[in-house]
Amino acid sequence: MIDRRLLTNIDWMLTGLVVVICLLGILNIYSATTPYKIVAAPYYIKQLNWMLFGMLIALVVCSIDYHILEDLSYWLYGFLIVLLLAVLIVGRRSMGATRWLNLGLFNIQPSELMKITIVITFARFFNNFQVVDALSVKDMLFPLGILSAPILLIMKQPDLGTATLVLLIALSMTVYVGLRWTAIVTFILVTIPIAWLAWAKLLHPYQKNRILDFLNPERSRLGSGYHIIQSKIAVGSGGIIGKGFVQGTQSQLSFLPEQHTDFVFSVFAEEWGFIGCLLLIVLYLSLVLWGLNIARRCNDRFGALLAVGVTAMLFWHIVINMGMVMGMFPVVGVPLPFFSYGGTSMITSMVGIGILQNISMRRFMF
Amino acid sequence: MKEQRFVREIMASKRRIILLSFVVGAIFFLLLLRLWHLQILSADDYRSMSENNRLRFVPVAASRGAIMDRNGKVLVSNRPSYSLAVVPQEVKDKEALLNQLASLLTLDRGELAERWEKNMGRAKYYPIVLASNITRDQVEIIEENRLRLPGVEIEMKPVREYSSGILAAHLLGYIGELSEDEMNRKEYEDYNSGDYIGKNGIERSWEQELHGSDGGRQLEVDAHGRVLRIISETYPTVGNSVILTIDVNMQKSAERVFGDQAGAAVAMDVNTGEILAFVSNPGFDPALFSGKLPATKWKEYLDDIRHPLENKALTGQYPPGSIFKIITALAGLEEGKINESTSVNCTGSYDLGTSTFKCWNKHGHGITNLKKSLRESCDVYYYQLGEQLGVDRIAATAKKFRLGSPLGIGLNYEKPGMIPNAEWKQKRFGKRWYHGETLSVAIGQGYVLMTPIQMVSMIATVANEGTVYRPRLLKRIVDADGKLLKEFKPEILGSTGISADKFRLIKQGLYAVVNDAGGTGAAARLGDIKVAGKTGTSQVIKLRDSKLGTPYQYRDHALFVAFAPYDKPEIAVAVVVEHGKHGGSAAAPIAGRILRAWFNTKKPPQKALVPGSEDDEEDTPSGSQPLNSEGASND
Repeated sequence: MIDRRLLTNIDWMLTGLVVVICLLGILNIYSATTPYKIVAAPYYIKQLNWMLFGMLIALVVCSIDYHILEDLSYWLYGFLIVLLLAVLIVGRRSMGATRWLNLGLFNIQPSELMKITIVITFARFFNNFQVVDALSVKDMLFPLGILSAPILLIMKQPDLGTATLVLLIALSMTVYVGLRWTAIVTFILVTIPIAWLAWAKLLHPYQKNRILDFLNPERSRLGSGYHIIQSKIAVGSGGIIGKGFVQGTQSQLSFLPEQHTDFVFSVFAEEWGFIGCLLLIVLYLSLVLWGLNIARRCNDRFGALLAVGVTAMLFWHIVINMGMVMGMFPVVGVPLPFFSYGGTSMITSMVGIGILQNISMRRFMF
Repeated sequence: MKEQRFVREIMASKRRIILLSFVVGAIFFLLLLRLWHLQILSADDYRSMSENNRLRFVPVAASRGAIMDRNGKVLVSNRPSYSLAVVPQEVKDKEALLNQLASLLTLDRGELAERWEKNMGRAKYYPIVLASNITRDQVEIIEENRLRLPGVEIEMKPVREYSSGILAAHLLGYIGELSEDEMNRKEYEDYNSGDYIGKNGIERSWEQELHGSDGGRQLEVDAHGRVLRIISETYPTVGNSVILTIDVNMQKSAERVFGDQAGAAVAMDVNTGEILAFVSNPGFDPALFSGKLPATKWKEYLDDIRHPLENKALTGQYPPGSIFKIITALAGLEEGKINESTSVNCTGSYDLGTSTFKCWNKHGHGITNLKKSLRESCDVYYYQLGEQLGVDRIAATAKKFRLGSPLGIGLNYEKPGMIPNAEWKQKRFGKRWYHGETLSVAIGQGYVLMTPIQMVSMIATVANEGTVYRPRLLKRIVDADGKLLKEFKPEILGSTGISADKFRLIKQGLYAVVNDAGGTGAAARLGDIKVAGKTGTSQVIKLRDSKLGTPYQYRDHALFVAFAPYDKPEIAVAVVVEHGKHGGSAAAPIAGRILRAWFNTKKPPQKALVPGSEDDEEDTPSGSQPLNSEGASND
C-alpha cells in the first residue's frame, strides 16, 4: 500500500520534533504524577503507550493519499454533527459537562474529532471555491454556516475551550485564504453584539466565573482564580534554571490543579526554569513553522489548506494552553499537544501530524 | 491562461504563508516575554510565595452572636452541629465512596453527588460539605468506619438554637445557607459558599454585627496533602450580640393571649419608641428554617389559612377603621371645624347627595359631642366632620403622624400603609376624588391602610402629645465578652405640631372609651391602672348585615389601640385580630392583658396578682353591642 518511493520522502524533521516533544512530555508527566497515589499502571507508562498508539495512527493516516479526504469531507462533517447531537442526547456526564460518547468498546469525544474535521471541510470548501481576489462577506456565508452548527453544539455541552479552538482554526484558514477589508469590518461589527448575546445567554455561570476570575484572580482565593494564582506561582518560582526534576514544590505538594493534564506546563516550568521553557518553546515554534513550511512547499491548494489548518490547530492549542498556564488567558481547559497527559489529545494531535506527514511526503508526486 | 492564474494564486498563498510565519513568530515571542516576566523579573516574589505554600489555610467558621431581650435573657444562641465533608484529593474512588456513605448513613446518594459536583472548582484539599446537620448516630457510624472511608471528615459547626422555641419567630427571623444568587451580591462578597446568613428578621437586618469573622488554621502538609501539624491558628471572632428592646415575659404573655387567633400586636414605649413586644400570630419554628425544612411542614405552613409565615405586624396593611377617627378628630380641631362642645345629632345615618351613610348603630347616638363620638365610636359625627374637612386636610394630619410611609423600624419588607388624597387618586386611577370617599376615609375605611407598627406609633404619639419616635428594636450591641459597642438612643422622627390641649381632648375621649359606661373598649380595663384606647373594626369585604355565619376569611378584622397609664403614659399597644369581627370584643381584651403583663413585670412583688380584674372585664359585654342606652352620661 505504501509506495516505496514515499518512504524515502519521510519528513524526518517533523517526526523528530514530535518524538522529542513527546519524550520530554512523558518525562514531565513522570514528575507531575509522583505525588499521586497510583492504582494501576503509572501515568507516564500509559502516556508512552498513547504516544506509540498515536504514532501508529499517524502512520495509517499518512499511508492513505490525503486527496481521498477531499471526497470524504462533507460525509465526515455530517457524521460528526450526528455524533455531536448524539452526545447531547445520550452522552456520558463527567465533571458537569457532557462530552463523551460511549461506543461500547471505548469512549470518544466527538468535539475533539471536530477540530480535524473542520480543517478538512474548510480545506475542501476553499479549494473548490474560485477566489478572484479575497473573500467577501457573501463568500463567507456558507463557511459560517458550516462553522456555527458544531460550535453551537459544542458550547451546549458545555465546552468553551474546544468551541473556541474550532472557531480559531476556521478563522486562521480563512485569513490564509484572504479576506476583503469590507468583510473584516463587517465581521467585527457583527461579532460584538453576538459576543454580548453569548455572554448573556449562552455561557454557563462557571464559564463566566472563569473569565471573571481571569480578569481578577483575587476574586476568589479558593475558587477557580486559585488555579491561575497557583499556576503562576509555579511558573514564576522556577526562575532561570528551575528547581530540578521532581523537585518542584508546587507540583509535588499538589497545589496545581490538573497538573498532569491542562496545567502540565507549569510543572515543567517550575522544574526546568526559563532555560527549559525556552527550549520547549523553540521546539514548538519549530514545529509550527515547519507545518507552515509544509504548506508552503505543497503545490496543491487542497494540501496547502489542510497543512495550514492542521498547523493552526497545533498552534492555537500551544498558545492558549501556555497563555492560560501563565495567566494570560482564562482557564478554558485546552491541553498542550504531546505534553499533556491523555489519549484523546494525543490521538487528535497525531492524526494532525499524520496529515502533515502525508502532505509532506507527497509534495513531489503532484 | 488558467494555468497562469493558478500559478499566480499559488505564489500569492506562498507569500501569505511567509506572512503567517512572522505572525506565529511574534506570538511565540509574546509567550517568551511573559515567561521572562514571570521567571526572571518576578522570580523572587513567586519563589517566596511557593515556599509559603507548604502552609495551607483551612477556615474555621465563626460562631454567630446571640440575640437577647432587654433584660439580657438569651433568645437565640448556638449549639454544635455536625456535618459530613470529604477532602477530594484523598478519595480514590468517588463513586464507591458515595455508595458507601449513602448506604451507611441512609442519605440520598443523588443529593450527595450533586453537592460534590457543585464544589468541583475548589482546591482539592479543601473539604466539601456533603451533608449538614447530621445526627449524633450518623457521626458515630462514620467514626466507626473511619478506616474504610478515607478522605471523609466530620466538621463541627455552631448552629442556631432558639431557647424559647417559636417565640417572636417573625421578629428574630432565621438563618439559611447563602444562595447562589446572594453569593453574587456585593453585600456578601466576603462570604464563601456554604456560609449561613440571616435570611429574615433581626438575623437578616443585623447580619453584619451577628456574623462575626471566620478564623482559620494554617496547616503544614506533607507531599500528599496530609496534615503534619497546625502551625498557627487564627481564632474566629464570635459575632456581636444584639440586645433587643423586647421584654421576653411580655412577649410570651402577648403570644399566649392570642391563642390560635391570627393577628398582630405591637407594644411600644411611648417616650422612647422602643418596641416592647412584637407579635405576629401564628408563629413558625425558626429552627426548622435553619436546617432543611421538611416538605410536609412547608406545605402545612403555606396551606394554613392564618398565614403563619407572614409577618403581620410589619407587612400586614389593614384599614384602620375607627381608630383612624383620632386623626380625623385632630384634623377637625386643628382646622377649627370642631371644638370640645361641637355636637352632631346622630340619627343612625347620614345623607350625602343621593346616598345614605349608615352609622354602625342604626338606632343612632343622638346628640353627640367629641368625647361621646370617640367613646361610642359614632360614625355620623365623623361623616359630617369629614365632609367639612375634605380628604386632603385629613391626609395632611395623618402625614404629621408619619403615616403612609415606612417608619424605618429596621426590618426588611416594612410596608408603607396608605394615606389617600385627591392628588394620589388622580395619579393612581386617573379619576377625581368623590365626597363619598372622604366619608369612608374619615372613619378609616376605603383606601386608608395602616400596619400594626403604624397603629402603635400613632397611639404613642397621642399619648406623648405630639412626638413621633422611630420605632426601635435594638437597645444595644455588645461583643462576645459583653463589652458595650453601641447604644441606641431614642430617635425623634418629627413632631406633629399639634398643641397639647388638643391632644388632651382626644385623650379624654379615649379614656372614656375604656372606662366610662357606654365605652366600646371596656374589655381593656385594668382596675388600678388607667387605660385609654380606641376600638376599630376593619372591613374585609362589604357584607353588611350578614348573619353570624360569615366565612372566616370574610369576617372583619378587630382592632384596638391603647396606652397606659392615662395620667403619665408609659406604654402604647396596638392589637389586630384578623377576622376577629369586633375590636371591643376580640382585640381590646388582648391589649388589656399585654398592658397588664407590662405592669406586672415592672412591679412584680405586690402586683403579681391583681385581684380578679382581668376575668371580670372579660365577662363585661363588649362595646360593639352596647347595652347602655346612648343617652347615657356624656358630661
